[in-house]
Amino acid sequence: MPELQLKQLYDGFRDPETINELARQIKQWASQLTEPVYMMEVCGGHTHTIMKYGLPQLLPDNIHFIHGPGCPVCIMPKERIDQAAALASIDDVILVTLGDMIRVPGSQGSLAQFRAKGCDIRPVYQPLDALKIAQENPTKTVIFFAIGFETSTPMTAVLLEQAEKLGLENLLFHINHVLVPPAIDAVMADQETKVNAFIGPSHVSVITGSKIYQPTVDKYHTPVVISGFEPVDVMQSILAIVKQKVEGRAELENQYQRAVTEQGNLVAQQKVDKFFEVRDSFRWRGLGPIPSSALKLLSEFAHRDAEIRFAARLPVKEIDDHKACQCGDILRGKANPKDCKVFGRGCTPQTPLGSCMVSSEGACNAYYRYAGVE
Amino acid sequence: MAKPTQIQLSHGGGGREMAELIGKIFFDAFDNPILRREEDAAALNLSGQTAFTTDSFTVAPLFFQGGDIGKLAIAGTVNDLAMMGAEPQYLSCGFIIEEGFEIDKLKTIVSSMAKELEKSGAHIVCGDTKVVPKGCADGLFINTTGVGRIVRPGISVRAIQPGDAVILSRDIGRHGAAILTAREGLELESELTSDCATLWPVVQQLLAANIDIHAMRDATRGGIAAVLNEWTKAANVGIDVEEKLIPVCDEVRGVCELYGFEPWDLANEGTFVIALPKQAAEAAVEIMQRHGGCDSAAIIGTVSDEHAGKVVLHSPWGSKRYLELPQGELLPRIC
Ligand code: SF4
Repeated sequence: MPELQLKQLYDGFRDPETINELARQIKQWASQLTEPVYMMEVCGGHTHTIMKYGLPQLLPDNIHFIHGPGCPVCIMPKERIDQAAALASIDDVILVTLGDMIRVPGSQGSLAQFRAKGCDIRPVYQPLDALKIAQENPTKTVIFFAIGFETSTPMTAVLLEQAEKLGLENLLFHINHVLVPPAIDAVMADQETKVNAFIGPSHVSVITGSKIYQPTVDKYHTPVVISGFEPVDVMQSILAIVKQKVEGRAELENQYQRAVTEQGNLVAQQKVDKFFEVRDSFRWRGLGPIPSSALKLLSEFAHRDAEIRFAARLPVKEIDDHKACQCGDILRGKANPKDCKVFGRGCTPQTPLGSCMVSSEGACNAYYRYAGVE
Repeated sequence: MAKPTQIQLSHGGGGREMAELIGKIFFDAFDNPILRREEDAAALNLSGQTAFTTDSFTVAPLFFQGGDIGKLAIAGTVNDLAMMGAEPQYLSCGFIIEEGFEIDKLKTIVSSMAKELEKSGAHIVCGDTKVVPKGCADGLFINTTGVGRIVRPGISVRAIQPGDAVILSRDIGRHGAAILTAREGLELESELTSDCATLWPVVQQLLAANIDIHAMRDATRGGIAAVLNEWTKAANVGIDVEEKLIPVCDEVRGVCELYGFEPWDLANEGTFVIALPKQAAEAAVEIMQRHGGCDSAAIIGTVSDEHAGKVVLHSPWGSKRYLELPQGELLPRIC
């Protein structure tokens, strides 16, 4: 294993002087704007950065953030969580999933609640941990509840590849991988949307390349800037967007040149193509069904597909959010977490009504945790 | 017949095996006259105000960089006493051991307990051992209960006042990060060790120097975020902290980056926070800095009468936000 140079991950990207200088330049450029900028940060990771580092406090009034649908936990519809719970309830099944997913409420409760009832549900730090669990429990069926955007799909693919190579028959998959560009289309299809620029998540493009956003730029004439996750990255990207707006341009820009290329990681893309194909449609929480917006296993891997193997036991009833919950509008960029009547009252991270409050990448959670100080 | 190398159910049965286990392992390590008397209960001489506390330790893995469950079980309880301005005196110790546990490992753990006890001068004067069938416990659980003589009465969250300075004894997040890396088998470029340590010696020096301490708390689970939030609520004050003044080592920062955690949410086992009058702060920091493990002690914030019940974190670039309590289980972010 190569030595981890962890310091390189953040060093220099939180420099106060750089951040303040960028804020000054943004203000200067923004004074020339003829209309406000409503930029959507597609990914929950960016929402988190923006709130955690208090960036809105450094920006002028004509720059607004709209939080997008790019949090894999937030967009998971209840019926998929119900399916995970149903799988976990089968005798001799170990359900493995990532982090926050176990806290999201399904219609019968969250996976954490099912775990407390005795189901064997294990949150892991990375998909490959599922391999070890399957090896150590040969008499059980281990099901990986796979979630995430383009970033995490290659890791599921690697897990699958390993399982195939080792002939590990007791490792199955329930695939919920989703795609960013169709979600952007769904947001822009709404006539009322105010969004007029995008901050694109860098980690998605590390895999897919910057090219996946060119159609967005062409179709909607909006700037798209691919951005890293550090405060300096995000401030630089905002500056780039404001400059484009002032100069009347709409282009694809890559702020995160330290890792993103136009083509992306071809090896990872090949691995994904080897195992997955696009689903006809996937129902997104709050956004409804979006065509071609998610992946499923190719038919040659049907033997590993828990959705097929356990089809008879999986609930399929579509279940909408609590009536008071405005996650849908938030994910579509039409409302702000604070517009929701139950925000911080009936709905908190301890007792979430909607998944935007559960996930640490969710907009409501970020607002709750990092709300600016009045 | 060869001696068993693993704990058997019979070791908890009250018969010869149990007597041998207790005599050979526990009594040898924790030896003192009160324990040796082997009565049903220890007879203690206590005078004046006494602090009394208990804690159970269920850490996994049992061994980590910078300590093990034994060191933790002593330091944890002794620190709870020290934080009340009490000199740790007597401890009880209960073991719940899973059948099959290696006796050598138990010996290592017990000897690190004995070593840690020396640092505060406290003694284990009574104890209990239970062995449970395989699968009923995760290796070994330890409970320790302790009493200590209160040397300085009145140290309490309720004594915190607006205008007080808030001091942090050292860099944060090490225990949480060390446990996480031990669990995940992460190889870091340099060694990350837990901060696990007995705090009584440094507290003793602060008390000896007559530093006017209002409140003191070791930042264990929930990290300094939990301590500061509890303080604001209990004392009905606000606390402002400067992010750039909070020491965090590179390894902990790196682990936080990888998993999406924040250092103030991570557990510590030898790090504490003090609230005290501003005028006394520098002298306190100076005393602490002379002490091993506390050389990065620093004033990190101030108590105020604004935004009562809230901790406000000021960023190095001038923005501010509330520092909330960490939520439930710490789980890594997904994207
Ligand atoms: S505050 Fe809660 S209920 Fe309201 S939109 Fe957010 S998650 Fe849904």
